Amino acid sequence: MNTLRVLLMLAWRNLWRNHRRTFIMLAAISVGVWAMIFMTALTQGMVNDMVNDGISALPGHVQVHHPAYRDDPNVNNLIATPDTEISARFGAAGFRQWASRVKVPAVIASEREARGVTLLGIDPDRERGLTFIVDDRVEGRFLDGVSDTGIVIGRKLANTLETDVGKRVVIMSQDPNNDIAERGFRVAGVFDANMPSFEENYVFAGKQTVQKLLKIGQRVTEIVVLGDDYRDVDGLYRKVEELVDEDVIVNRWFELDTYLGTMLRVMDGFVLVWVVVIFLALSFGLVNTLVMAVFERVREIGLMMALGMKPSSIRGQILIESMLLLVIGLAIGNVLAVASIEPLRSGIDLSIVAEGMAMMGAASVLYPQLRMEDVVLANVVVLILGFFASLSPAWRASRLEPIEAITRVD
Amino acid sequence: MAAVRCIDVCKTYLQGNQEIRALDHLSIEIEAGGFVCLSSPSGGGKTTLLNAIGGLDRPDSGEVWIEDQRIDTMGKSELADLRLRKIGFVFQAYNLIPVLTARENVEFVMQVQGRKAAERRERSTELLEEVGLAGLEDRRPAQMSGGQQQRVAVARAIVSRPTLVLADEPTANLDSKTSDGLMDLFEELNTKHETTFVIATHDQRVMAHVPRLVRMLDGRIVDDIEQHAA
Repeated sequence: MNTLRVLLMLAWRNLWRNHRRTFIMLAAISVGVWAMIFMTALTQGMVNDMVNDGISALPGHVQVHHPAYRDDPNVNNLIATPDTEISARFGAAGFRQWASRVKVPAVIASEREARGVTLLGIDPDRERGLTFIVDDRVEGRFLDGVSDTGIVIGRKLANTLETDVGKRVVIMSQDPNNDIAERGFRVAGVFDANMPSFEENYVFAGKQTVQKLLKIGQRVTEIVVLGDDYRDVDGLYRKVEELVDEDVIVNRWFELDTYLGTMLRVMDGFVLVWVVVIFLALSFGLVNTLVMAVFERVREIGLMMALGMKPSSIRGQILIESMLLLVIGLAIGNVLAVASIEPLRSGIDLSIVAEGMAMMGAASVLYPQLRMEDVVLANVVVLILGFFASLSPAWRASRLEPIEAITRVD
Repeated sequence: MAAVRCIDVCKTYLQGNQEIRALDHLSIEIEAGGFVCLSSPSGGGKTTLLNAIGGLDRPDSGEVWIEDQRIDTMGKSELADLRLRKIGFVFQAYNLIPVLTARENVEFVMQVQGRKAAERRERSTELLEEVGLAGLEDRRPAQMSGGQQQRVAVARAIVSRPTLVLADEPTANLDSKTSDGLMDLFEELNTKHETTFVIATHDQRVMAHVPRLVRMLDGRIVDDIEQHAA
């Protein structure tokens, strides 16, 4: 305990012996740590945006389907459990949000053009947070309820079909008997979405209206559930599995959107690589500083050994000095990072490059996301790797022969 | 039991291409409570012998014993521990740890030994006063003269009451008055606490002071005189 106190004192004083070198090193560590955390926050913000966008584009966190539906999304692959039963079970389970949908391929035709689309029969009250449709980006109106006879289509599709709010279109699909199911709709609303493809592909109608059109009674094709955190959906997944019958399949969002899931993993890996790369650059400075410090102090290290300080204590002294340097640098770096991220909480406007961002599925406003895990990761990486980087100079110091150190002429 | 025993100790250095026999089959025994002065022309081997006794330098052959412990076969940590518990050192120059104040330098050994703060403070105050440095406790080595630094080093060497004090030219940077005071202090410790002193020196005044004078030449003892100083 006493020895530790001496070592701490010696390390602390030695640290401030060469002010300039220590300040330069502190600046390097601080900026490095700042860069680790700040860049990670930006990356995470972007990932977060992309994933949330992706999830709000219909998949939710967990979905339930007929086992064959994902390969062949046709009207025969319905969930066997009737919608009323689903409502009873899921409504009582206390999910943050859930919805059941009818989602089938269809053809939409105006008097001028016809297009293949995905027809979604939804309950508009249940879809909040589950679709990319935002009320204030709908011209006209969004659906009123499950038996709304209107239809809501995307801007691009409206342009292609040369139709608009208030005009009539025809929807054609198949019923379970392979007969044509068709019906005229009035366009109730035209929506804008971040992704152009959404505007082209998705068509929304009331759930009951679509069920009636397809003659499927109370049946639906999918159930979608939203939890609290897209990074932690396993609990949600198990809960849903318990609620449904055996004859359906439950999937998590990253299984449904493998691109998004892979991207999230890649980005997580990228963050680690980024942190380690910055550290490697830092470590050269750190090791150099320590080697210099040891080199300058050969004589006094020898003296301390001659006075009875054990090699292990000499080692400890250098390591403590290095750790002090790192801890101070980390503290400054963390404060800098938080201080520079806080003012950006309301988002960084990237509208200049909005089109490119949209292509990647990201929004034009970037919200940096400071995650505790990433901050801890950066700090732990710096401390642990810093410790290992310091071992060699410390080892070198402890291997000095006291007599040679004392009598060394420099 | 002898405080120090060297049996047939040899140590050779390479200086450039030249081999220098710093210790040449040297044997010496120093009684506990002894007060010995090693003297030789420079290069005569006294510093080497002192370092071998202090476990700072390993002889090429022969045995070195401190009390009942053979030290020439000990590991580094063991030696450090032995020095910490039993031996006080005063080196020729560069004695102090630059980042510590005079008081902290004096307390350093006791602190590593794990002594209590109150005891350390009391002892360091007492010793610094004794070596004439009262009032300079909070100066760092860079703020003191060579003589003052040397006195701090002496205070540090004896502050923890080691059984053996090894001093290499302890009076080299001191004026005659301080040097006499220092020798008186050594003598007092020697008689009061039976501390064994081995001092390597050129200083005639020191040589005259000590009960036993060992003259060395080319790594060998040429003269071992028991003298009865005043």
